[in-house]
Amino acid sequence: MSNVSLDANDSSVAESQPQDNNRRRFLTVATSVVGGVGVVGVAIPFIGSWNPSVKARAAGADVEADISKIEPGQLIRVVWRSKPVWITRRTPELLESLTKIDDLLKDPNSEEDQQPEFARNEYRSLKAEYSVLVGICTHLGCSPQHLKDGAFEEYVEGVPEGFHCPCHGSKFDMAGRVFNNVPAPLNLVVPPYMYLDDNTILIGSEEGAA
Amino acid sequence: MFKNLMDWIEYRLPIMRVANMHAVQYPAPRNMNFWYVFGFLATIVLVNQIVTGIWLTMSFEPSAERAFASVEFIMRDVEYGWILRYMHSTGASAFFIVVYLHMFRGMIYGSYQKPRELLWLFGMFIYLALMAEAFMGYVLPWGQMSYWGAQVIVSLFSAIPVIGPDLVVWIQGDYVISGATLNRFFALHVIALPLVIVILVFLHIVALHEVGSNNPDGTDVKRKKGSLSEDEKTKFKIHEYYTDKYDIIDDIVPFFPHIVLKDLVAFSLFLIAFCYVMFFNPGMGGYFLEHPNFEIANGLKTPEHIFPVWYFTPFYAILKAVPHKLGGVICMFAAIVALALLPWIDRGRVKSWRYRCGLHTWNLIIFAGVFIFLGYLGGTPQEAWKIIASQILTIMYFGFFFLLWIYSKNEKTKPVPARITG
Repeated sequence: MSNVSLDANDSSVAESQPQDNNRRRFLTVATSVVGGVGVVGVAIPFIGSWNPSVKARAAGADVEADISKIEPGQLIRVVWRSKPVWITRRTPELLESLTKIDDLLKDPNSEEDQQPEFARNEYRSLKAEYSVLVGICTHLGCSPQHLKDGAFEEYVEGVPEGFHCPCHGSKFDMAGRVFNNVPAPLNLVVPPYMYLDDNTILIGSEEGAA
Repeated sequence: MFKNLMDWIEYRLPIMRVANMHAVQYPAPRNMNFWYVFGFLATIVLVNQIVTGIWLTMSFEPSAERAFASVEFIMRDVEYGWILRYMHSTGASAFFIVVYLHMFRGMIYGSYQKPRELLWLFGMFIYLALMAEAFMGYVLPWGQMSYWGAQVIVSLFSAIPVIGPDLVVWIQGDYVISGATLNRFFALHVIALPLVIVILVFLHIVALHEVGSNNPDGTDVKRKKGSLSEDEKTKFKIHEYYTDKYDIIDDIVPFFPHIVLKDLVAFSLFLIAFCYVMFFNPGMGGYFLEHPNFEIANGLKTPEHIFPVWYFTPFYAILKAVPHKLGGVICMFAAIVALALLPWIDRGRVKSWRYRCGLHTWNLIIFAGVFIFLGYLGGTPQEAWKIIASQILTIMYFGFFFLLWIYSKNEKTKPVPARITG
């Protein structure tokens, strides 16, 4: 052990020379710091190149959706950033029923940051009639299924319509709010969106934002 | 003439010295039983994966548009492509089978204990790198399970507070799993991780030969220099590197040819099983190659059930058992970290389960059962009872380590024999 040393001071040749340890220490530290800065600088392109490319960013641009042809109760799917976005036209009866199940839900008042500020309301939407949700489960990213006309009763008694995730059994209501005792921790994401006119929704941007 | 040439080379490159030190004159305990063949088998499988992998890259196209079709091209149109691909896919599962058995060997015979802590840690790093390698390899065929499996695994990182969502975009190179993700996983799978694994395996073997092989008795075959009479010392020629520092007791055989020949018997048995799977049952009932993966990836259609491949399912069951996202991810990683910390959790000094308390034997057997049962729960469709079961089993999984830590402090052990038995 003792005959192995990384310190050049140990050599008998060096001992015959006068030493300036402060100077040596300064040079060691200065070289290390400059070298370290160089390593950080070189790391930037390697780490940065993992970010989405210009092409990927372009593919992630905003999309428009025509909502004039959605029937009451119907759900249409739009692809935004390669994710499914669900636009649902909700009937007044359905909207009415959403107000009565708060105690079955984890976050009925949308306190968690899963929606733009404008959607932090009872129906999690700009206009109550149309719901816009990213159709990806907040547990592990599967796409839940839309179960309606009583099909959802199998999973939650007394609630005829909702979303059920086939992967790990997470359940959401028609405002994308998550039920208690399922693996998904959060409500479904409401993407940023705005109405360009009464019949057109732009997904990806919201009013007032840049 | 030939000897002159060999001397000429040896003077410049220590081939014979290394061969002697690490094989011909390496002391291996003579009682190494069948549990000791899995390291050898793992090395063989590693070579198989590298060679078949190189050949597969010759026809595989790593893009979202072409990956799935190019795998079908390999299967149907490339001469012998099907055999190369099935060698590779069967090899992946075989790798984990032998590695799990190799790890369990280390557990029952206490091979992680002092002075083999670092050896064990290198092994755990190999296991981690292997999991990353296998996961990324599974994404490459770009089938439905490739895509959705990647979705599940990558979104584990979104559970990390604050930076999680941005980190996921950075890993994916896109806002979703896409061709960009496939491309970088290909690069990591064929270059980066294999390099890391080969280097770690090298370090694992160097560290093993430095401290020496353990054995089923846990009796050390290297004794203090000068403590043995000539009668007690081994008659085999052992390299000076070992004999200069220790007296080697007469309970060893040279690694080559004695242990290698035994390993080759195991290898021939392994080949029979391997070839059966490769030729007659490459999908292994949907466990080695999952059925949804014969359908091309579709980001808008989730398969009805998403399972990782069988070798990840025990950890997947732990992930699902915890009804909290970040908590589940932490538990899953803690399950691996706990294994890595075994050398420090086990406070006992007796290595082999042959000479430890009865509780230890049961603890190990139950742990193995828990691991297999968790694998079953993580690899089959969700049912209500399975959530409760996987929660209980998760507690039992961590209970193994907790119990071990408790009873190993003042454990009632049997006397360890001074010489190797049987």
